[in-house]
Amino acid sequence: MPHDHSDHDHPHSLLPPDPALRVKALETILTQKGLVDAAALDEIIDTYENRIGPRNGAQVVARAWADPEFKAALLADADPVLAELGFYGRQGEHMVVVENTDAVHNMVVCTLCSCYPWPLLGIPPGWYKSDAYRARAVREPRKVLADFGVTLPADCAVRVWDSTAEVRYLVLPQRPVGTEGLDEAALMDLVSRDSMIGCGLAGPQ
Amino acid sequence: MTRVHDMGGRFGDGAVVPEPEDVKFHADWHPRALALTLACGSLGLWNIDVSRHARERLAPKDYARFVYYEKWIAALADLLVETGALSADELAKGEGSGESPLAAKRLAADAVAGVLAKGGPADRSSNITPRFAVGDAVRLRSLPENTIVDGGHTRLPAYAAGATGRIVRMHGTHVLPDSNAHRLGEAPEPLYAVGIRAVDLWAHPEHPNDEVILDLWDSYLDAL
Repeated sequence: MPHDHSDHDHPHSLLPPDPALRVKALETILTQKGLVDAAALDEIIDTYENRIGPRNGAQVVARAWADPEFKAALLADADPVLAELGFYGRQGEHMVVVENTDAVHNMVVCTLCSCYPWPLLGIPPGWYKSDAYRARAVREPRKVLADFGVTLPADCAVRVWDSTAEVRYLVLPQRPVGTEGLDEAALMDLVSRDSMIGCGLAGPQ
Repeated sequence: MTRVHDMGGRFGDGAVVPEPEDVKFHADWHPRALALTLACGSLGLWNIDVSRHARERLAPKDYARFVYYEKWIAALADLLVETGALSADELAKGEGSGESPLAAKRLAADAVAGVLAKGGPADRSSNITPRFAVGDAVRLRSLPENTIVDGGHTRLPAYAAGATGRIVRMHGTHVLPDSNAHRLGEAPEPLYAVGIRAVDLWAHPEHPNDEVILDLWDSYLDAL
């Protein structure tokens, strides 16, 4: 049978080359073997499509802006604070929250794969998993920020956190000026997903 | 030498393309690939480091041409055959022959929320005293390779190998991927966040005050 795989040690090459057919074939085999349950797959997909996403992180950021004691506890030791809010789980077992200030802007990347704080932000966006972001964020973060339309003041340092272990990072963006009167719900609307990765700034979305 | 996944600092990849928050997947089969991978994790046949390494050791040309979830599904198929859960014959025929003895471990729909909420913490209680403290100067291992297994998994990116930095944060004691990815035991070690100045990483740093911070295990580091 003709194929273009030089590496015969990789069993995946036995599946159909078209990715949609590959997934379908594997699901069919696994279902016939009793190893997966289609209803469980639907449940996983529903969780990350509809229930766990960046509004969780936005809630944490808005609370931190509104409540100095909460913010201090979050920055000192995020795990117990987040667990109390119910934001613990797969790919968020060890959380560190890093605060943006006038002097320091934090960004998060995973150059080796796609590590990302799922319980707070959901599954990562396509760009976070892209070769371009993984390759460039550590070497030229300011040019990457420019791709997002963000320009930092010259006296603001950039700290790029490369998620090489099981620790997951969330950026606490700066609270926009002129938002003193807003309640937590209104503040949440100012918190974009990208601002919590450090590729955006908080503000009207 | 390193593998193709280790791309931090690489040139030539072009622009990063932002996308709206409500885009979760880019094709109908993507969520299915994600769910299959997570569901099969519950069979208990591998740990997270084994599964990461399975993606990294795809042939470089496959790694480069596969979209994200193609890497996942290819690595999943490889692991299922390597662990004996499926046979190469079943993959080739597209048909499973008989119920697996592992079927009792199948993830049930009503167990999904609990499994995802439980996660898989990587910290371990330990009486190992960390060699370093916050502020200490360290040098990263000069070869970004697994020192236990030739061509094995490591989490020391090539761009930072040999660089000098300082400890900025203590993370406690964590499972060592270099060992765990090869089923050689968890071998937990102190884990540190290490800050490295951009000027110590790149010939043309963007700004003298910028830095990169990596999470690195004790055995990746030497005192300076």
